[in-house]
Amino acid sequence: MHLHRFHGGLELPGHKAESTGRPLLPLGIPHRLHVPLAQHIGAPAVPLCAPGDSVRKGQRIAQAEDYIGAHVHAPTSGRVVEIAEHPVPHPSGLNALCIVLEPDGHDQWTDHGLEPWTDWRQRDARELRERVRDAGIVGMGGAAFPTAVKLNPRPGRRIHTLVVNGAECEPYISCDDTLMQHYPEAVLEGVRIVAHLLNAERVLFAVEDNKPAAFQALTEALPDDERAFIQLVSIPSVYPTGGERQLIRVLTGLEVPSSGLPADLGIVCQNPGTLKAVRDAVVRGRPLISRIVTVTGPGVQEPRNVEALIGTPFADLATAAGGYAPGVDRLVMGGPMMGFAIADDAVPVIKGTNCLLATRPQDTPSPGPLMPCIRCGECTRVCPANLLPQQMYWFAKARNFDAIQDYGLFDCIECGCCALVCPSNIPLVQYYRFAKNEIWAREKDRQKADLARERFEYRKLRQEQEEAEKAARLARKKAALEKPAPAGEKKAAIEAALDRARARKAAQASETPIDSPDAADR
Amino acid sequence: MRFPTRTSPHLVPGHSVGGVMRQVLYALIPGTLAMVWFFGWGVLVNVTLAILFAAGFEALMVALRRRPVLDTLSDSSAILAGWLFALAIPPLAPFWVLLVGVMFAIVVAKHLYGGLGYNPFNPAMVGYVVVLVSFPREISLWPAPQSILDSDSLSLLQTLQISLSGRLPDGVEWDAITRASPLDLMRDGLVAGQTVDEITRNPIFGSFSETGWEWTGNLFLLGGLWLLYRRVISWHIPVSMLLTLATVAGVFWVIDPGQFASPAFHVFSGAAIIGAFFIATDPVSAATTPLGRVLYGAGIGLLTYVIRTWGGYPDGVAFAVLLMNMVAPTLDHYTRPRIFGHSDNRHG
Repeated sequence: MHLHRFHGGLELPGHKAESTGRPLLPLGIPHRLHVPLAQHIGAPAVPLCAPGDSVRKGQRIAQAEDYIGAHVHAPTSGRVVEIAEHPVPHPSGLNALCIVLEPDGHDQWTDHGLEPWTDWRQRDARELRERVRDAGIVGMGGAAFPTAVKLNPRPGRRIHTLVVNGAECEPYISCDDTLMQHYPEAVLEGVRIVAHLLNAERVLFAVEDNKPAAFQALTEALPDDERAFIQLVSIPSVYPTGGERQLIRVLTGLEVPSSGLPADLGIVCQNPGTLKAVRDAVVRGRPLISRIVTVTGPGVQEPRNVEALIGTPFADLATAAGGYAPGVDRLVMGGPMMGFAIADDAVPVIKGTNCLLATRPQDTPSPGPLMPCIRCGECTRVCPANLLPQQMYWFAKARNFDAIQDYGLFDCIECGCCALVCPSNIPLVQYYRFAKNEIWAREKDRQKADLARERFEYRKLRQEQEEAEKAARLARKKAALEKPAPAGEKKAAIEAALDRARARKAAQASETPIDSPDAADR
Repeated sequence: MRFPTRTSPHLVPGHSVGGVMRQVLYALIPGTLAMVWFFGWGVLVNVTLAILFAAGFEALMVALRRRPVLDTLSDSSAILAGWLFALAIPPLAPFWVLLVGVMFAIVVAKHLYGGLGYNPFNPAMVGYVVVLVSFPREISLWPAPQSILDSDSLSLLQTLQISLSGRLPDGVEWDAITRASPLDLMRDGLVAGQTVDEITRNPIFGSFSETGWEWTGNLFLLGGLWLLYRRVISWHIPVSMLLTLATVAGVFWVIDPGQFASPAFHVFSGAAIIGAFFIATDPVSAATTPLGRVLYGAGIGLLTYVIRTWGGYPDGVAFAVLLMNMVAPTLDHYTRPRIFGHSDNRHG
């Protein structure tokens, strides 16, 4: 198969062997699980349980209310202790709502789980998509976008190609490698299910050439008569080939339009872990309650891959990897390029946790002093989106948000290549995130201002209408008064009015001044 | 267990500004040694003095601007500017020529504009042009290469005395030890109505240009190629500059080889080689987009030829670099690369 190139990128040392050298270790049930309600892109799920409730393994304990969202299931049986804010793995470092579960140790499955479908080929796309949603599956490569949404292209978009993203291009991470080595049949079954769901004509299964064992396992698990349909493609190991748009470029030579989606090219991209989760949901009726996590880096004694329940604290993973090495001072969720440092190892594994990287000061020395940009252009050379990071840096610094958007800010995939090669130690990606957030905040403010203006204009219109009605009423009244009334009636009316006024005055005099209308008006 | 949180990337950084600058300094060593060999101790005296002056002015300005002095000095950018400036100055020039030039380079061209990264003009070239237009006599006195010098070469001590006093030792005359450079000869000869053939019959000419200049040029070329190999500089500026210079010179040479010097003469004379690899590639004042750099280099090559051939100075690299510095931001604006996923470079 003819492969293509994308601009820039970096050939980074892989550091995969550290963690792939030891066998996959299934972790037991921790003594307490923190299951966050927001583990995905989209609105947080809404709890279906209350503190004190007993839940069974696989039971849906929180429900996605929005289309873009994912259900949450109990990873084991036990008692809900509380639903409260706890530390979660998020770049902000803020706490978020978690269901805290105390396992009962029986690990007993719910009786009302999903029905296993061995006849999935007879099911239509809608049913299968509903099953993916019921199982709470999100993209397991790290982005955690709800899979059911991704499998539901806009009407009129014909999907002809399913791309399986087994690139795993970031250094240190090897959870997909491990998964493909251990469960090649399950992954391929997931491929078949999703290809059936999408009615795709072909599958391109890409694996970076630094994972020969995984490639071999897939090759052996793939029946000969399917090789025309599912093509296994070995691709060069260049970071960030695993970026969806970069991978599609490498495989097809096509570029996903800047403001579009792969579906616009008739392509849907899925991670092997996601596909195995789909297979488990469809064929075995299992929701997404566990995943493979790489625990690696020089900061742990025995780097390895573990299979952990969602909600397991990171500290347990570190223990499973032989404990921390002396001097460990950085804990990262994700890879070294795009991962973020976390402050507390009490945070739990979530559906998008692919890797836990621990390092010591000598492995990741704090960069030297921040220097001015000398416009050397190294960032331009390595940018996979073909941007001009050095120019965008000036605009971000100057808060020139129009210019930075003109220079393609929102085409930046935040891969971190520019920041890694920058000789001036400028944290470029942070500048772009800052600019993006500012622009989003301004957009929100603008929408709010628009709403306020609309309200104001509506109020003005209403007041004008009321004024007009009042004027019309007055005019009618005036017209009625101007009609000559009989003299006797008029005199009687005046007398009656005078009587009423006298009575009012007498009543006022007897009341305390504070209650008088004058006092109230003050 | 709690951990400090730092920003990505969580890997060992590969480069530093100081590292980049120091590699450029290393690349200058062979060519500089060749200059010492051909033009005497004066080259070494000038380089040393200019580096000392540059570091001094840098420290002074950084201190005045209340920035960390040692951190800034360790980026080596002032040393590089001083060194490059010194290579452009005649080896027997008095010390105050260096002082004035380096002061303009570091104080005016660099720090008054905001220091490293903020200067629109190449500091070394600003310094050189200031002394070139201010002290034409001192700047024109290039010693003849020692290979063709009749008398004995000057000792280091004598050279130091000349530098500090501005006077030659007794019994030595400027006329005896200085010689017009090939570019001077070419210019003056053509103005006087000689043909290129007649001019190059002068004994100082080697195969393309003059022997000493040729060899220093070759060794600067070697340093430049090493920088390319180490990816300290990109190919865009040196290749486009030299290619443009050679092409334009080639066109005129083919039209009239009697009136116009050969492309090889232009490429291997004066500051063309060192300019292409060491001066025009100063990233701060150059264009930064790939296509912008190609155009920037081409502009320098073209202007160098124009100034050499029809201008008032025998060499034009310094003026060409400063003129192209002016248009670098505009070049960057109009040469933005096509962004991934866009059909053209209009977007936003």
